[in-house]
Amino acid sequence: MKPLEELREPGLLRKLTRRLSSLRIPAPLTLMEVCGTHTMAIHRAGLPALLPRNLRLLSGPGCPVCVTPAEYLDTALAVAREHHVILATFGDMMRVPGATGDLAGLRSEGYPVEVMYSPLGALELARENPQQQVVFLAVGFETTAPTVAATVKSARECGLGNFSILCAHKLIPPALEALLADPEIAVDGFVLPGHVSVVLGSRPYRFVAEKHRRACVITGFEAVDVVQGILMLVAQLERGEPEVEIQYARGVRPEGNARARALMDEVFTVADSTWRGFGPISRSGLRLREEFAQYDASTRFPVKLEAQAEPEGCRCGKVVRGKVEPTECPLFARVCTPDNPVGPCMVSSEGTCAAFYRYSRRERGEKGSGSRLG
Amino acid sequence: MCLGIPMEVVGLVPPDRALVELGNVSMEVSLQLVENVSIGDYVIVHAGFAIEVLDVRAAEETLQLLTELAEAEALMDENETTDGEVAGE
Repeated sequence: MKPLEELREPGLLRKLTRRLSSLRIPAPLTLMEVCGTHTMAIHRAGLPALLPRNLRLLSGPGCPVCVTPAEYLDTALAVAREHHVILATFGDMMRVPGATGDLAGLRSEGYPVEVMYSPLGALELARENPQQQVVFLAVGFETTAPTVAATVKSARECGLGNFSILCAHKLIPPALEALLADPEIAVDGFVLPGHVSVVLGSRPYRFVAEKHRRACVITGFEAVDVVQGILMLVAQLERGEPEVEIQYARGVRPEGNARARALMDEVFTVADSTWRGFGPISRSGLRLREEFAQYDASTRFPVKLEAQAEPEGCRCGKVVRGKVEPTECPLFARVCTPDNPVGPCMVSSEGTCAAFYRYSRRERGEKGSGSRLG
Repeated sequence: MCLGIPMEVVGLVPPDRALVELGNVSMEVSLQLVENVSIGDYVIVHAGFAIEVLDVRAAEETLQLLTELAEAEALMDENETTDGEVAGE
């Protein structure tokens, strides 16, 4: 489509980043992006080095892989080992370390682990293997939960008895609430996630603007979208009237996608959930409703886990809360690399540590680590 | 992980699927999460599902706004003369 192609014109981005670089910001401002796809877009476009003086951009808890607790991985590994099921997973999860190993390791031990692009693929796998149980690792935010809801519903409609999910879906607004409740986190505005908001619309974020007086802009994923999102946030903060604006109007309607939400509500109910780095956050996750309980792998395949500590030295927990930058972690780029990740933020290509490692490390090294262009 | 790719609907596969295309890539996606999809529409595709129909007019408006911003910026740069290559450092 023509407008989409033109949004990717390098010339357009160059002029807009020049505008961003030349902003005069009188007092320090901190903005946070809460979506791994934004983290990637920001680092790929080299934006951290182009920010004007007094503007800081932090990454928040926006990578589902990074906030999935190690216990979840350990549960999945135990289900596979003890109950001999086929695990089906999104590719991002393959190398996330639990305390007892990772899925890639499990596969090399000979256990069946299949990588899926879509939850519907797991359903297909169950149909093709009627003698075996297929467990889909259901992680992801509001963008992904409706696709899993539709899949579970389809499983019920076709009476598929050998399909279930290990549910760890998480919700973004309660995580924002938890972030804002932490007095150490000084964030003035949020670059809000575009595709989570396709489903949610703008209303669920209103409390951020109205109760917490923080600026909010729902932003798209082209580099120019992110630059415009940042410009809109700065302008909103200058006006001093926090609200939820939509930069990504081509994808996000203010009311969101009601059909997707209805499906999600039909299959799931809101539940407390544990986030890596945060701990438990009240009403921040989803679990299957009673009517769909038979598709819950955690009751179909019970396992016992021993409590395990997080890897020593790993600061992912602070990274996902925007409290430290990856370069402040003693393991970053020394012990913990994309080839040999210690913490989840280095595993997913959308993790803050991985994005830093890939795009911003060298440049930072030359400038002396830790300082934002200034 | 919340990656969503805009793709063009090139065929409808009843009851609730569509054939979508982007460049040389084509695939079938589920339409269970969207309504009123027609051939020629662009949909945002995530994990094998169309999660929204792209609003083409809004895309054009965003492009126009950004182009105007960029032009204003270029003009300001010219007025300040000099070569103005600040990108990078």
